[in-house]
Amino acid sequence: MNFDLSEEQRLLESTLDGFLEAEFPVASVREFYDGDADLDPGLWKGLAEMGVLGLHLPETYGGAGLALLDLQCAAERFGYHATPGPFLGHALAGLAIALAGNEAQRERWLPRLASGEVIGSVAIAEADNRWQPEEWNQTLNDDGTLTGSKPHVLGGRSADLLIVGLASGELGIVDATQGQVTAMAAQDLDHTRRVATVEFTGAEVDRLPQGAAQSERLRDAALILLAADAVGGAQRCVELSTKYAKEREQFGRVIGSFQGLKHQLANLALDAEPCRPLTWYAAYAWDNVPNEAARAAAHAKSHVTDRFLQIARDTVEAHGGIGYTWESEVHYWLKRAVFDRTYFGGPRAHRRRAADLAGW
Amino acid sequence: MDLTYGDEYEDFRSEVRVFLASNWPPQGDESNAPRTEHEQRFRRLATEAGYLYRNVPRRFGGSEQPPDSLRAAVITEEFARARAPKEASGQGVSMLIPTLLERGEEWQKEQFIAKTVSGEYRWAQGYSEPGSGSDLASLRTRGELVGDEWVVNGQKIWTSDAMSCQYMFTLVRTEPEAGKHAGISYLLIPLDQPGIEIRPLKMITGASHFNEVFLNDARTKADWIVGRRGEGWNVSRTTLKHERKAIGGQSQTLFDTLMRMVRKATIDGRPALEDPTVRERMAALEAWVWAQRYGDYFQATCGLHGGDPGLLPLMNKLLSTEIGHEISKIAFDLIAEASLLEPLGKGGGRRGNERWMNQFMGSLGAAIAGGTSNIQRNIIAERGLGLPRESAADEAAHS
Repeated sequence: MNFDLSEEQRLLESTLDGFLEAEFPVASVREFYDGDADLDPGLWKGLAEMGVLGLHLPETYGGAGLALLDLQCAAERFGYHATPGPFLGHALAGLAIALAGNEAQRERWLPRLASGEVIGSVAIAEADNRWQPEEWNQTLNDDGTLTGSKPHVLGGRSADLLIVGLASGELGIVDATQGQVTAMAAQDLDHTRRVATVEFTGAEVDRLPQGAAQSERLRDAALILLAADAVGGAQRCVELSTKYAKEREQFGRVIGSFQGLKHQLANLALDAEPCRPLTWYAAYAWDNVPNEAARAAAHAKSHVTDRFLQIARDTVEAHGGIGYTWESEVHYWLKRAVFDRTYFGGPRAHRRRAADLAGW
Repeated sequence: MDLTYGDEYEDFRSEVRVFLASNWPPQGDESNAPRTEHEQRFRRLATEAGYLYRNVPRRFGGSEQPPDSLRAAVITEEFARARAPKEASGQGVSMLIPTLLERGEEWQKEQFIAKTVSGEYRWAQGYSEPGSGSDLASLRTRGELVGDEWVVNGQKIWTSDAMSCQYMFTLVRTEPEAGKHAGISYLLIPLDQPGIEIRPLKMITGASHFNEVFLNDARTKADWIVGRRGEGWNVSRTTLKHERKAIGGQSQTLFDTLMRMVRKATIDGRPALEDPTVRERMAALEAWVWAQRYGDYFQATCGLHGGDPGLLPLMNKLLSTEIGHEISKIAFDLIAEASLLEPLGKGGGRRGNERWMNQFMGSLGAAIAGGTSNIQRNIIAERGLGLPRESAADEAAHS
């Protein structure tokens, strides 16, 4: 029995921390935040060189052949650093092809997804908050092409390849560089994870043969990666609030010496700390415990992202007026918390799913 | 990461299951005996088998097993599954025995531990005083060495089960000239003597588990002291560490108990479990319980293999308290009008859902006993997050 990360996983985390602190510190996030781009090419190249973009893809196709537990380590550190870009969409696109694709599809796309040369994302959601495979309605035209619209596509303007969710939980690959695919910037809240609405006008679709069988597993991986982002974000919020409380003075003393604030910060930590082992377990279960994986993913997503939103709100509050400014960085995590909580369905949906999965 | 226990421990699990299958619950004639009797018999068998009192040497009535937190975890899991009793409840077992094992003289271990394990000696905890609750080290009960006896004067309060105990392990100020913490000694005091008066305190549940203990020239032998004079505060820290450990990690069992009730409950004539709000609340609660469970696994791993568990060890009590509170809120809503009944079950009447009101009030008790939730928050903020201590003066006295 050993419920801890391995040396290698710890090294992955600390290497990523070092890279992001050096190459994409808060100042860079701030610059990105005020721009329009959905991807930073320099950052993307750096991550590709580190092998992070293909961490979870099979070694035969240029990936590192690691597990979801490893991938969630990366997601957690991105959450901590508020790293911008479509990492989640890209990781899921590769995972979809690895899980549900045929040999030709894997050979064609996975090496280039692993190297970052092709940028992938998922076009899953449909209007009216339909995120779950059983809720997808999008059908194909009689000639097998796709006409329709998908909102909330992460990094949609940069994506070269989209995994599209279709009726009956089917999945298809769409080459997003074809003329029949148009991505329009959305009025998105979280500028670190820009989303687009993608219009398909008779776009060609290459269906993933195991799509219907694997789309729930793909969704579960998404839930775990979102929870991992929230774990990292929550940790950062607790650190930011604590640091500010040790520096800021009022009434002649640091505000962190007032019991009212100390107790609020203790509550933040109490909310945040148990989230990490829950998310680790969800990833471990996805990798190793098939009969509990879906329920653990639902629990991790609903619990951790719900906690993160509360923690992020309290973090703004703990910073007082400065926390309410655009200039202060704390709102990045507030908005990431909203994203993590809402993307792929909110806590209510996943708690109901967890209850069903528990057989209650 | 590997959550499997491995063959050795799965074999051990099978062994424990076989033991439990043939010994709990009691069968045949035995099952008609009073519960305390068959619990005692079961504990004796389970101790002989090496499952209970594992850290207590055989010569003191324990099973003297080498420390093995995985075996301990297997035992806890399997006993919980069979709903079999573990070590006897009471402060003697949970607090005094670990303290004596670590800090006691050899003769003290011989004289007290075996009889505490067997249930012959029961111990009260004499820590809190009317003026010294969270600020325990301010305690004022005085002990003076007169000849070969300590003469103790003062008052203790919130003393659980003192009416049924023969002895009290007690924090007493014996060195009035020394500092706040350095003036305290840890004395063992017999309760059956003229200098002791015990008055029950009625709790909000209507029961009287805790008491006031008045000490008026109460006497105990000069060598009934654990550790040296003035070391009592540190000796008691050994004990409190054990108390925190004992309080944490009960949530899964409580969750299961709640689930059994929820399965039987109805809302407007329909099964409560069909109600979307109930399903959501139970799922949200289960996520908390799982988060705690895997946090426990992580802490256990850090204990086994090294590693830094971060702030989690400081949170075990508060987390259990908060989860217990949520459980009580859900139960309270579902038992509906049964919440209007007092849960004591007077006159031997059938006890229904009103017994959840004990949990409702007990969850409040948990937020107070053994270090209030606000003190837990101080600990997390100060020791965990490194925020300034509440009182610099207290800090100075402590160091």
